[in-house]
Order: sequence, then structure tokens, then C-alpha cells
Amino acid sequence: MATVGRALLILGLVVAVYGIFAALYGARTGQRAWIDSSRRAMYAIAGLMTFAFLIIEVAFLRSDFSYNIVAGASSTTTPTFYKAAAVWSTQQGSLLLWVFLLSLWSSLALFLTRRRVREIVPYATAILLGFCSFFIGLTILFANPFSTSRNPPAEGAGLDPLLRHTTMMIHPPMVYTGYTMLTIPFAFALGALITGRLSAEWIQVTRRFALAAWLCLGIGVLLGARWSYTELGWGGYWAWDPVENAALMPWLLSTAFLHSIMIQEKRGMLKVWNVSLILATGTMAIIGTFLVRSGILSSIHAFVSDPTLNISFVVLITLMVVSSVTMVIRRRAELRSESQLDSLFSREAVFMLQNLVLVALTAVIFWLTFFPLISEAVTGTEQSIGPPTFRPFVVPLALILVLLSGVGPIIAWRRVTVANLRRNFTFPVVVALVTLVVLLVAASGVEAHLFALLMFCFAAFALAAVAQEFWRGVRARRAMTHEAAPMALFSLVRRNRRRYGGYTVHAGLAVLLIGVAGSSSFQHQRYATLKPGQSVRIDGYNIRYAKPTATPSAQEISFGAVLNVSKGGHHVTTLHTSYGIFPSQDPSLGVVGRFFNSGSVESRIGLDAGATHDIWTVVNAANVPPLQGYITKGDQKFAGLLASISKLPAAAQPRALNTLFALRDQFITELTHRFVTHPWPVQFLLIVSPLVSWLWFGGIIIAFGGLIALWPIPVLARRRVRSAAYAARLARELA
Amino acid sequence: MDPSRKRRIRLTVALTAALLLASALIYTSFSAGEDVVTASQLIKQAKPGRTYILGGTVVSEQHQGSLLMFRVRDPKLDESVPIQYRGLVPDPFAIGRGVLVTVQEQGASFVGQPGSLTTKCPSKFQDANAKAA
Repeated sequence: MATVGRALLILGLVVAVYGIFAALYGARTGQRAWIDSSRRAMYAIAGLMTFAFLIIEVAFLRSDFSYNIVAGASSTTTPTFYKAAAVWSTQQGSLLLWVFLLSLWSSLALFLTRRRVREIVPYATAILLGFCSFFIGLTILFANPFSTSRNPPAEGAGLDPLLRHTTMMIHPPMVYTGYTMLTIPFAFALGALITGRLSAEWIQVTRRFALAAWLCLGIGVLLGARWSYTELGWGGYWAWDPVENAALMPWLLSTAFLHSIMIQEKRGMLKVWNVSLILATGTMAIIGTFLVRSGILSSIHAFVSDPTLNISFVVLITLMVVSSVTMVIRRRAELRSESQLDSLFSREAVFMLQNLVLVALTAVIFWLTFFPLISEAVTGTEQSIGPPTFRPFVVPLALILVLLSGVGPIIAWRRVTVANLRRNFTFPVVVALVTLVVLLVAASGVEAHLFALLMFCFAAFALAAVAQEFWRGVRARRAMTHEAAPMALFSLVRRNRRRYGGYTVHAGLAVLLIGVAGSSSFQHQRYATLKPGQSVRIDGYNIRYAKPTATPSAQEISFGAVLNVSKGGHHVTTLHTSYGIFPSQDPSLGVVGRFFNSGSVESRIGLDAGATHDIWTVVNAANVPPLQGYITKGDQKFAGLLASISKLPAAAQPRALNTLFALRDQFITELTHRFVTHPWPVQFLLIVSPLVSWLWFGGIIIAFGGLIALWPIPVLARRRVRSAAYAARLARELA
Repeated sequence: MDPSRKRRIRLTVALTAALLLASALIYTSFSAGEDVVTASQLIKQAKPGRTYILGGTVVSEQHQGSLLMFRVRDPKLDESVPIQYRGLVPDPFAIGRGVLVTVQEQGASFVGQPGSLTTKCPSKFQDANAKAA
């Protein structure tokens, strides 16, 4: 099947190149047949890539170690769930997943637009096929997933223990879905610039893809943060690592785009800005892939370091930047706004300010992420930038953002009046002030954390503003229809999904940032080396190392600890943390040593998550040394026995080996249990973090709001929206 | 006010703000950035009391209770430095892996700051083992 897989990739490349030619020829001559043919080429690529991806998936599920990537990232003992997900733990599998998703979403976009924006579609098709050609080309030339070995190993290396996490199944495909979907508005925007069809139509046909990309990327980032939070050594939920930043930057830019297109749709303004923003977002999605796949920046999350990809990606990114800038400059006269900003105190101005803040945030993150490369180019020495350098810039910008997320929904379009201010701002401002007073009175020491205090107040303002909008909408609907309050709320959201979905996202952002401010400003952390029975205090909690645990098995040897947490003499919770050692296949480590010294370990945190705080702990994985003497002796003894067995007649060897392996297993079990019978002091990291759950809950609210906004609106409402949009455009044109 | 004059003023204010932010960003990043040094650079430059971010490959490791002692080698030159580290060790830490650790010179050795040790996560875990098997 590997040969079939390789043939599918080559065929995919040929079809993509043909499709580019057909689309451009069709656009030039105006012959629809060629344009339709190019669209069908994309469908064909989707089919070919689906088949290719299935071949690799089946190879992983069947543990076919003749495929090099299966031998390198899976094993017979890897659980089926992780075998299926192990495909994208490899460079080759990741690139194949990229092109597979790209071809699927591109096919969907081209199918939905087959009778719309006819002038733009051929160029958009050519651009999307260009991306397909690039990524298929990479898999053929530099990262072939179908490369095989003539002498396959009997057993694979297994999946990296860090990647054995339920999120592994969802996080990478979600991020990749976001990246690949962002290329669709990019392609249509560039197509609109090439053809000069610069009305809001290209936005309308791709807005849903931009929104879906934003949603998937956001869920991907959130799942990644959750993964980091539960894995040791990945820097908590956010470490400003290049790979994390790579996914955050296009998300921030697409957030800005989703807001600013509303101004173009309503007022015909910000055309240059919108087109530039989506071109930058598409480019940033490719830069994100480049950062993860090339390993050019030191990242704890970068799974690969492959300089062969660098030049290809740099060429693609340069091409995207140059073509984008050239086309925007060429069309600048046609991109002139149809109307002007009436007042700086209006919803348009707030949206523009919010856009500027989001772009500034992206620029800061971009600069600091690439700073090691920039510093090396300027000074000749690579410099490292840590989270403290991000904070002075990111925190004030995040504060402005959360404030604007409250102001945006309640400020009037065009120009604010004193009556509007009084009517819409009184309640949120009062809520923010009450929050400030309550925090200053009730929470001791909060005044020392000015930014956190401001964040809590601004978030309270935003939540109150959103709640007020929902309440007013429900009240108006009840007055009209006399529905019960829950039904009125449901109908209100159902009929105005984009608006109320957006408000829900704003509420989620406020909740999420409360979690970030609380957990980053008021966290307590300490290391403690304890023996069973000993205790340590942290943030008023007494944490007692109750007992050690040890579980040997063929797949893993696990050492753990049970900790009892109490406060004021009352039991709060019991935590269980452990670290598992996965056996190595390397015989040079010794008959016993390969079970203890494989270097393949996974720490499992003990976590008690609550609405107000999380208690997080992990036991240090580097704690086998007290057993090392026994391991060495065991290795010597069993090596001697193995040598004796090899001298026995061949017929007697299997039985002798079975006996030896049974003895070895018994020895390993006894050795493992020494951790319980003769416990030695072990080191723990203990963290008490307030409000972390708010972060996850806020993320879920954002995703829910995004889904509401994404869900198709009912047919009647859609007709009404179209009529309203037509009326608005007609009014503008007549004016 | 004349609308075009108004627009010019807004543009000037926006550009000034952008320029100020950019200047602050450039100044802060260059002043806050810490050099990532190799083992051979560390041997030549190290001054007691100053912290350095050391990057390189782990060539040996040894445990003494909760103290981890390991050597980090310069990827280009055959020179390595000894590091003493207390604190949690990332799961992928092992001989042959790339690491970053913040260190300070103390006597003949370098002491790593607890929690500063990060290990690059390789794509092909246990590659060597797979070959051996």
C-alpha cells in the first residue's frame, strides 16, 4: 500500500498543477468549463488525500512497522486511541494532515461558492490549489509519510509519553483546521484584489469560514493550554512559547477581522484594513505552521527541527507577503471607504480601536517570538526572551481589550449621545465600581496587584454590559410576543445568532481573563522534599505526604504518592500524583535497567480543581537513584544467567528463558515495591492557583458563543437580513 | 473642523502611538533579552554572580537524592560544562536531548535555577532504541 500512497501523492500534485492551469486559463478566456474543471480538480485532490490519509491511519492501527513513521511513533503496546492519533505526532503525518484538511475545506468552500462571486472564484481556486501543490510537494520531496524500510523492526519505538493525552486526538486537528480554513478567506481576498471586485461580497461568502477557523483555532489553543497545564515541564497553561504564540497570533488577527468586517458591511468603511487584515491572517497561519514544523526557534513544544523545510516555507511566506502588499497598493484607489467616521465616540470607533489593540498585541507577540532570530541577526548573539518581557506589553493591551469588549455592545453606531451614555453605561459602570469596592474591602492584599484589580473591574463591566443587552432584548421580545422569559431568550438568540453569539463570546472573554489575572497574580508555589508522614504548608493549606504507591506492569512502572490536603484542621482533598517509566527496547540498558532507566517517563499531576482555586502537585520524576545499586546488580546477575542459558542445548533454551523472565519480573516487582516498603524522600512541586477554572469555563463560553454565531440562521431571518443589507446599501448609494 | 484635517490629526496621533509602542518594544526586548550561551562561551565568559541561559545537549546525568548533576555540551565544539540542578526535571530530559537552563557560576560548577530547565521535545522518541530493537 505504501506504493499506492506515494502514487496518490504524485497524482495529487499533478491534479493540483493541472487545476491551477485550468482555473487561470478559464479566468482569462471566460470559459466556464475550465473553471468547473479546476473546481473538480480540488474535489479530486480531496478524494486522493483522504485515501492517502486512510492508508497511513490503517498502517498505524495495524502496527505496520515497515512504514518508517509507524516504527518511529507507535508500537504494539500503544493503546488504539493513541495509535490513531500518533499519525500527527510525526513531521510527515502532520504535513499530510495539513494537506488533507486543506483539500477538504477548500472543496467545501468551492462547492458553496460554485454559483457566487464567479469572477473571484477561479483565482481563489488557483491560490488554494497552489497551497495544495506546496504541501503535497513537501510530503513528496522532504517528508514522505510512505517511506518504508526493507528490514522493519519487530517492535516500534512507541508514542512519546508527553503526547499520551486525550487532547492529542483533538488539539492538533483543531489547530490545523483553523490554519487551513484561514487560507480560504486569504484566497478569496487576493482573488477580489486581482479582479477588482471589492464590494463586501467576498467577505459574505468567506465570513463563515473565517468564523469557523477562528472557532477551531480558539478551541485548539484552549485544549493546548489545558494539555500544558496537566503535563509537567510544559510551563503551566501558558508559557509564551513560540509554538503557542504561533496559534495565538492568527487567532488575534481573525478576531480583529471578524469585528472590522461588520463596519464594511454596515458602512462601507475600512476596505483596505479588512483586506490587509485577512491577508495578514492567512500569512500568519502559514507562519504558524512554519514555526511548528521547521523548529527554527527553540521551543519546548517544537516536535521537530527540520532545516530542509525552512527555505520552502520562507519562499512561500515571501510570495504571500509580496503578492498581498503589491495587490493592496495596486487597488488602493478602489478600496477607498464609502463613508467617513462620524465621531470618535461611536461603535465604529470602538471597533477600530479594538482592531488596533488586537493588531498591536499581535505585533508585540510577533516581535518577541522572533526576537531570538532578530537579535542574532543584529548583534550576532542569540538572545532569549522569557514571559516577564511579554507582560508589560500584553497586560495593558488585554486590559483595554476587555474594557472595549464591554463598551462595544452598548455604545451607539455613528455618534454617541448623552442620553445613550446614561441609558447604557450606568448599570455596567455601577457594577464595575461595586466590584472595586467589594474587592478592596473583602480581599486583603488585592490592592498590591493593580493590573489584576483593574482586570476584575473591567471584566465585571463587560459582563454587566452583556447581561444588560440580553436582559433588554428579552424584555423587548416579551413585550412583543408575551413569551415566557426562557423562550424569549431562546427566540432572541435564535433570530440574532451573530449578534448574541458575539455577546456570549465577549462574556466568555471576560470570564477567561478573570481566570488569567487571578491565577497569574495570586499563585503560590513551592518545592518540598518530603518523607511519608511529613507535611508542608502553602497558602494556608497543610499538605501531608500520606503514603507512597508503586505499580509495576509490563507496559509501565509507576511510582506515586498520596497527599492529604487540609485547612484549619479540616480535610480538604486527597491528591494522587505519580510518574510512570515506560520500558525501553534497548538491550544495552540491561535486562532490568531497560525497565527503570529508559528515559521515557511521564509525570501525572495530582489536581483538585475548584471554582475558587486549584491545588496542583507533581512528584519529581528523577527519583529512582536509590534503586540504582539493585538495578546494576540485577543486570549483572541476569546477564550472567542469559550467558549460561545460551550455552544450553537449543531445545532447552525456551523453557530456561521463560523461567528467567519470570524471575526477572518477580525481581522488578519486588524492586518497585521497595518504594513503598523502604521509602526515600521525594521532591514535590506544590501550586495553589486561584480562579484557574474560570479560564476553562470562559473558554467554553467563548466556544459556545462562537457556535451560536456560526450556526446558520433560519431562512426567513436570512431573507430579512438580506433585505436589510440591500436597503442599507441602497440608502448609502442614494446618499 | 475640516474633515481632511481631522483625518490627518487622527493619523498623526495613531502613527505617534505606534511609533512609541514600537520604540518601547525594541528597547525593552534588547535590554531584557538574555544571551543564550553555549558551553564553550560559558567557560570563557562566566563571571560569578551573573546568570546565563545555557543551551546545548545533555551528555551525562547523575542523581544524588534530589540533586541532578549533568553535563551540557556545545553542539559545535567538543566542550561541556557541569551543571548542578535542584527542581523538577521535565519528562523528556535525557542524555542526547537539547536543553535550555538558566545557570550561575559557583566554584568549579554551575548551578541551575530551579524550574528553569526546559527540554526540547523530539519527534522521534526512542529513535535509537527502535534501531537497537
